[in-house]
Amino acid sequence: MLKIQQLHKSYPIGDSSLHVLKGIDLSVEKGEMVAIMGSSGSGKSTLLNIIGMLDEADEGNYILDEVPIKNLTEKKAAVYRNKFLGFIFQSFNLINYKNALENVALPLYYQGLKRKKRQEKAKFHLKKVGLLDWASHLPSELSGGQKQRVAIARALASEPKLLLADEPTGALDTTTSYDIMAFLQQLNDEGKTILIVTHEEDIAAMCKRIVRLKDGVIMEDNIVEQVRAETYV
Amino acid sequence: MFDYDLWREIFQSINKNRTRSLLSGFTVAFAILLFTILFGLANGLNNTFSKAFVDDAANAVFIRPGRTTKASKGLQAGRKIQFKNQDYDYIKSDFDPSIEFITSRIYRNVTASYKNEKNNYSLRAVHPDHQYIEKTKIVQGRYINQRDMQAQTKSIVIGDLVRQDLFLNEDPLGKYINLNGISYQVTGVFKDDGGDDEERFMYMPLSTAQLIYGNNDYVDQINLTYNPKYDYDQAIDFSLDLEKKLKERFYVAKNDQRAIRVFNMAMQNKGINQMTSVLGILILIIGMGTLIAGIVGISNIMIFIVKERTKEIGIRKALGASPRAIISIILIESILITTIAGYLGLLVGVGVLEWSGPSLKTYFITNPSVSQSLVLAATFTLIAAGTLAGYIPAKKASKIKPIVALRDD
Repeated sequence: MLKIQQLHKSYPIGDSSLHVLKGIDLSVEKGEMVAIMGSSGSGKSTLLNIIGMLDEADEGNYILDEVPIKNLTEKKAAVYRNKFLGFIFQSFNLINYKNALENVALPLYYQGLKRKKRQEKAKFHLKKVGLLDWASHLPSELSGGQKQRVAIARALASEPKLLLADEPTGALDTTTSYDIMAFLQQLNDEGKTILIVTHEEDIAAMCKRIVRLKDGVIMEDNIVEQVRAETYV
Repeated sequence: MFDYDLWREIFQSINKNRTRSLLSGFTVAFAILLFTILFGLANGLNNTFSKAFVDDAANAVFIRPGRTTKASKGLQAGRKIQFKNQDYDYIKSDFDPSIEFITSRIYRNVTASYKNEKNNYSLRAVHPDHQYIEKTKIVQGRYINQRDMQAQTKSIVIGDLVRQDLFLNEDPLGKYINLNGISYQVTGVFKDDGGDDEERFMYMPLSTAQLIYGNNDYVDQINLTYNPKYDYDQAIDFSLDLEKKLKERFYVAKNDQRAIRVFNMAMQNKGINQMTSVLGILILIIGMGTLIAGIVGISNIMIFIVKERTKEIGIRKALGASPRAIISIILIESILITTIAGYLGLLVGVGVLEWSGPSLKTYFITNPSVSQSLVLAATFTLIAAGTLAGYIPAKKASKIKPIVALRDD
């Protein structure tokens, strides 16, 4: 599904440069739910950005679903992002002047789908996250948990191969966090591959595998016994 | 080609951000409004000038004989200069390449009657070329022609007001009117932009008049139009040369201003032309200035908008928007705002001109308006301006990196 070999990335800072990723090897199979952990500055966000094609590695290979991701033009990157990936962000990143349904339908617009088809699909995914009744509400009229659900529906809308979540519960209280995690677990049960960047141990424990990063290298990579989020709710 | 969804996106964006859309639109609308009004006023001034001389051909030259005021070559002052057919022939042949049309003219006042109607009119006996020099418009029948000249026919062409006076509602063509006891057949009716006075004239063949009134070959005046390919300076040189040669021909002192007067339209046209072109350039500079200010204004606002929407653009890119899609959104929004606002400005400007037009007559401004072609040109300018104003911000927007835009802060 996802294969990363000897990935290096550094950022220039003034005259010197900061070596953020120092040779990462990682492979993720279909249906996995992986937590990427690490303190701030460990390189976990950079890794996620590279996996998300929002950033490009300096060195190393990255193969996603048997497609080598290298030297992408902006246009190609846009197409791959749309086709392969669904993003879930800490701060939701919904477009504030579009209602829930329009937000969910946006990636489908960039897929070039007809309006009717888009509405149909967006409604389906909004129903899946349990917010069909809120379809015509603006993000400002939704609670944090609801916003993140809309964001998840949007990430699912283009039916991506991989869900990338960057601190998806970082802006939510514990109860809502578990609620969201329960939903992500449910998606994983249905076969979705999910990558979650987090620094919270309890959230990481709800995944099936924990990868720990420190100073740009993988320190630990363990399969864990998944804690079901429902038990907390 | 028409991307319904793209327009939906853009309308939504404009609609949801009314203040900034209105603000940027206002700049452009105001610039176009000023531009339109300035242009209209300049046009109005131009109209006043050109209307004053619409009567005759713009390249007309009038040659009038008078009396000498200075003794010359043994001849006394006060001598009357009389033009004859041979002078007409002389000018026509010796200045051939410089002349487009040429006619002699004899003036007579006549009493004309038809049935019970009777009135006094001015009669002009002319060559056929006269029609083009005077810009006479035939509305019925025909003008004097070469055959009339040769056969000395008793044909007459009457002004429309003469027709109204004498013929009332009757068709005048082929009818005979009586001029001081002699019958003439009406061959044509004309109109003239010079106004009512011009339409009270009658025209008849020069040769006929010479035969009937005096049986001589005298003419009162010679009019011509210079070669239309000449520029003003060439035209003025030509008429100066003509004046000099005529003075020599009639033994008139070089500095005698009254014996032979050559009036060349090119002289006054040159002055007017210079003035209006200077005025036009001035208006163009001011207009362009306002327009550029408007474009810079909207460009500024678009840059601000892009900054404000950085996050949104980042989200769109993360969701799979290509750089092209981002450029389209920003660019079309800019073009749309510019075009709509500009058109509003144009409409208001035209409205102001329409409304204030009649009261501006006292300030030498006649019918201030903007032409169809200017409106068309303005439309294209607006679209181009919108593109220009939107392009840099759009390019900037397309270069936004999603990771930078989405960074949580």
